[in-house]
Amino acid sequence: MSEVPLRHHAKRVVPWWLLRHETMLALILLIALIVLGSMNNRFLTLDNLLNQGRLTTEVGLIALPMTFIIITGGIDLSVGSIVGLCAILLGYSWKVLGFPLPLAICFSLLVGAAAGFLNGIVITRVKVPPLIMTIATLALYRGLAEGISQARSVRGYPEWFYFIGQENFFGVPAQLWLLLIAIVVSAIVLDRTTFGRTLYAIGNNETAARFSGLPVDRVKLIIYTLSGLMAGLSACVLVSRVTTTRSDMGIGYELDVIAAVVLGGTSIFGGVGTIWGTVIGLAMIQLLKNGLALTGVKGDATIVVIGTVLILSTLVASALQRRREGV
Amino acid sequence: MTAVTLAGAEADPRRRLKVLASQEALLAIAVIVLAIAVGLYNPRFLAARNLSDVLLGNAYIAVAAVGMSMVIISGNIDISVGALIGVLATISGTLAVNGAPIVVAWLAAVVAGILVMALQGAIIAYLRIPAIVVTLGMLSILKGGLISVTGGKWITDLPDSFHLADIELFGVLPFPVFLMILVTILAALWMRYSASGRAIYAVGGNAEAARLCGISRPRTVVMVFVLHGFFAGAAALLYATQLRVIQSTVPPNLELTIITAAVVGGVSILGGVGTVIGATLAAVLIAEIASALVFIDVSPYWIRAVQGVLILVTVIADILRRRRMAGARAP
Repeated sequence: MSEVPLRHHAKRVVPWWLLRHETMLALILLIALIVLGSMNNRFLTLDNLLNQGRLTTEVGLIALPMTFIIITGGIDLSVGSIVGLCAILLGYSWKVLGFPLPLAICFSLLVGAAAGFLNGIVITRVKVPPLIMTIATLALYRGLAEGISQARSVRGYPEWFYFIGQENFFGVPAQLWLLLIAIVVSAIVLDRTTFGRTLYAIGNNETAARFSGLPVDRVKLIIYTLSGLMAGLSACVLVSRVTTTRSDMGIGYELDVIAAVVLGGTSIFGGVGTIWGTVIGLAMIQLLKNGLALTGVKGDATIVVIGTVLILSTLVASALQRRREGV
Repeated sequence: MTAVTLAGAEADPRRRLKVLASQEALLAIAVIVLAIAVGLYNPRFLAARNLSDVLLGNAYIAVAAVGMSMVIISGNIDISVGALIGVLATISGTLAVNGAPIVVAWLAAVVAGILVMALQGAIIAYLRIPAIVVTLGMLSILKGGLISVTGGKWITDLPDSFHLADIELFGVLPFPVFLMILVTILAALWMRYSASGRAIYAVGGNAEAARLCGISRPRTVVMVFVLHGFFAGAAALLYATQLRVIQSTVPPNLELTIITAAVVGGVSILGGVGTVIGATLAAVLIAEIASALVFIDVSPYWIRAVQGVLILVTVIADILRRRRMAGARAP
């Protein structure tokens, strides 16, 4: 009996927004920045931070549509393989089929979108669960990339192609502009449009969304296609940055992307999540990697830290969730 | 999603058994037809040596797929198992070269496997964190931890007695194949006839109904993960003891192959449906296909694409078949 007024009291003392996952994560990020910055004076320089932005773009571009997908309660495990397939097709259509490079880029983006569309159409029409459909295409798309490339790499692209991956535009890495635009557009779409709100409706209760007359299948088809398209875009940026095309590109991206999205407070059960959370999640992972590397922690040990942070932050988030709901 | 699960759970049990049997029969037929077809093209494929290599070299995948099937039937998933097998193989190998009694080196892999999976099962069941998040985090931890501790070094000079996978029972039956068959039969019997085995289906098929029947979901999930840890340990043992040199890294895509075996074997990712016999047969079929490609002169770079098509076709066929079953019952 006495618990009810107590809980009510606690709620008033701590403002609700402070308990939000995104706020907590931003605070943790701030503390991490200060600690890592005080341990190494190269960490908090503008040059270093911008360079980290450059490195996070490829995963970031895919994390935005993945936020949409996870909000609907779905998942896309095939994104890393789509990156590999698009990268291979970019190089293959240019070098072997003799496409002009701009056409090759369009072709690879188109294939990315088509790969996502295939995921979406089977998920919506045949009702194969997203997890299993994209596990199948994770193998299929990577297999196609390996089969088409036969382990040969393509390099020697024209100079202009390296702009997006290596140059600066107004002092900021070129691909970071791309990521910033994508972030702003995704945030507006998710927050301010019927399409965005539909994603939450599907994630909260798909049957109810259907009965409310929302075009559930069409919306799902669009977000999986978008996910494939962005993976294709990410492949172009990646090829431009590393100057070569290989079939093992993008291996493990799906895990980095999902980790960033989930770390950012998007619930894997669907219905909850924001683009800002995903952006903080991305920043958190990249800065942890970089900061720990600069303070002398080996690359592989940072993966351990990220895995631990992922599990712990989800634990805290679900504990807070339960507390808010008073379960 | 709910509709399909319910349809699966409500279906006439006799008909469901028949359908599942047909999935296994189909797989068995596929294994035999493929062997004959490839054998006609290239008789060397049917040489006893090659067939036993296919079985020997991949028995550990079938053993791990048995555990994975239970996890998926219970409505969960585990993507950390490939990394775990890498870690367990390294633990076992390191103990063996550092002079630990061989039996201790063997058992350590199994015990460590059970501990890691029990921890994951407890987090999933009692703290109610989705399996995909927990196992994704654990994948990172195991993978990063293994390489930072060992630096990816190779373990060489393994003592001869360590090579459990070389043992042949009665001089003919290789131990890995024996273990694969034994584990599959025992698990299949247990899952079909024991109350705790049936509980896995109940929890995966309809958790609410299971709870009303007095089945504890958390306890069942932890039990499933403990068993899964045991099978992962046994798989790691077969994997490590067939190698002359153990590289202390994570075998790439192993979790994917194991999940594929479970799914192609007829385990429904929606939970509640499937058998371990199907998983083992599927593991054999996948290994056979990989070997067959080499014998029909297809570049091995296409193996993964073939695997992908195989999962896609099985899954779509499974869903369509189940929908037809549900549709046939409706009027």
